[in-house]
Amino acid sequence: MSAENNISRRAALVKLGLVLNGIVGAFLAVPIVRYLLSPVIREKKLGYESWLSLGGLEQFPAGQTRLATYKNPVVNVWDGETGDIACWVRNVDDHTFQVFAVNCAHLGCPVRWFPQSNLFMCPCHGGAYYQDGSRASGPPERGLFQYHYKIEDGKLLIKAGEMPTPGQPVAKKAGEKMTCA
Amino acid sequence: MRMIQKLANWLDLRLQLGAPIRETLEHPVPRETASWFYVFGSAALTCFMLQIVTGILLALIYVPSAGEAWSSLQTLNHGISLGWFIRALHGWGSNFMVAIVLIHMVQVFLFGAYKFPRELTWMVGVLLLLVTLGMAFTGQVLRFDQDAYWGLGIGASIASRVPVVGPWAVNLMLGGPIIAGATLSRFFALHVFVIPGLLIAFVGVHLLMVLKLGINEWPMPGRVVRRATYLQEYHELTHKQGEPFVPNAVWKDILFSAFILLSIAACAVYFGPFGPGGQPDPTVIQTSPRPDFFFLWLYALLSFLPPSAETPILLIGPAVGIIGLLVLPLVAGEGEKSWKRRPIAVLTILLVAVTLGTLTHLAEHTPWSPVMNAWSGEPIPQEYLQGRTALERRGALVFQVKQCHNCHSLDDKGGQRGPALDRVALRLTEDQLIRQVIQGGGNMPAYGKNLSPAETTALVAFLETLHPTNQKPARNASQAVALGASEVSPR
Repeated sequence: MSAENNISRRAALVKLGLVLNGIVGAFLAVPIVRYLLSPVIREKKLGYESWLSLGGLEQFPAGQTRLATYKNPVVNVWDGETGDIACWVRNVDDHTFQVFAVNCAHLGCPVRWFPQSNLFMCPCHGGAYYQDGSRASGPPERGLFQYHYKIEDGKLLIKAGEMPTPGQPVAKKAGEKMTCA
Repeated sequence: MRMIQKLANWLDLRLQLGAPIRETLEHPVPRETASWFYVFGSAALTCFMLQIVTGILLALIYVPSAGEAWSSLQTLNHGISLGWFIRALHGWGSNFMVAIVLIHMVQVFLFGAYKFPRELTWMVGVLLLLVTLGMAFTGQVLRFDQDAYWGLGIGASIASRVPVVGPWAVNLMLGGPIIAGATLSRFFALHVFVIPGLLIAFVGVHLLMVLKLGINEWPMPGRVVRRATYLQEYHELTHKQGEPFVPNAVWKDILFSAFILLSIAACAVYFGPFGPGGQPDPTVIQTSPRPDFFFLWLYALLSFLPPSAETPILLIGPAVGIIGLLVLPLVAGEGEKSWKRRPIAVLTILLVAVTLGTLTHLAEHTPWSPVMNAWSGEPIPQEYLQGRTALERRGALVFQVKQCHNCHSLDDKGGQRGPALDRVALRLTEDQLIRQVIQGGGNMPAYGKNLSPAETTALVAFLETLHPTNQKPARNASQAVALGASEVSPR
């Protein structure tokens, strides 16, 4: 056997080795990518949102807007206090409610309610909203995010579980629905 | 002594590193580069090494768990002997590192160091700037307090605006539906493993290229870079008139690095560690989240962009900026190096510096944000109340109670969101004031639904008094004519 043949056979073996490694790499890449994408895959499969109680209706007097808190449905024990989420509950007339996310529709800072001027104001970039959550002034492009709600056994329930952000189609839907309500 | 020599020989026979190290240390550099202008790169590296050491020390105590991170920071500050000092060194080291990387970048830009053949050195430098800023942002998240929590919310809100994949990007960034344990864990992994890994790799490549291609020579006006001749010219500069890097140039690097380390330590002792601020409890909403110093300009920019332009500018702006920096050496790889012959380069630096400086300054004062407690904390100046009618004083009360003071200042106290109202009666007539209050507009909410007619009347009566005594308030001349001569004020 000539030296040339030897080299080409070894070169072929190197190539074979590389191909084998490539195949193994591809096999490994699938579970790795799936693992990394698990937050997205879970959202598509199960969804993050569920109905949660904010407590008895007596906590929310008619005509007032009050802060309520709930435990996020998807939590781990090591989440600590970050699993507690706040929202603004407005009792319009004892039959109609509005439940707003505290997150400003601009960049998510927590808006505060000022009953004296009936405005929500954001401490970050100066966004302001009217009592019905619609945009009053500042950089936000839209009104406050709203949660769907229902009343069962004298309790106020909202559908929540995911931090609302400006790009979310879900949050947009809720907001649109309430502006015509 | 002989023992040490023997040991060194024993090691070198096996490692074979002595000769290449000596060669590297003594490589010739152009004479003028032994300059105080050439010390920032090595100082940035010194900062990075300090960050590695102090970071490892902090990781001995820090718990990357959303439920416990804040308490572990408190333990570091108060429970561990000199834990506060290590935290302060790491925090101030981070600020110094970003600052020195920026200064280094300005220096090499003004000295034309990105031109042939050092284009790739510059590009890797741009990546180093990005990973340094990435370290600064992820580090701020690990200081898991209110600012970190809401800062993540801002990051998620920006990510969500990416077309199509926005909501998924948010879930990926947060590791779930909300800011919680998974979020902190992945930022810990980024800050401690992923980004430092990239940083070490990029620093290695960057340094290797500096050694292989040689340090940029001192730019002389008229000494123009040409691809055909540059390597030959540089070889003459180094090998005919050059000096060995060690010791002729290196002593300045060493002294400056020591000075920087000393400054970091001094800041750490004097100012102490950064935070942590309030606990990361999302139900505590009495908070005004603010980013760390090097992101303040962005914070200010976000409040000034018009709503319609914000998303495109947020998403396209950074990409354009980064691509611009990356391709700079490809489009300007030849030509003058001296800043004396590159006015546009100098102006660009000045423009960027003034812009970033102004935005940072504004972010420290946040004039766009209502002063949340002005209505209850800042009284109306006495001279605006003396000698006023009951109705006008009632109006002053409405001004406070309806929180106009949160956005409008009187006598320089109160919010700056809207215009100061000390002389508003000169600008707007009574009717214009009523319309502005009721309908809002020009970024002011409408108060029509929120004020009774009596309150509006009183408020406008008060606003009508806000003018200097020697200047008459604005009036609608046609209205005066229509109402009869008695209403026309005599001239």
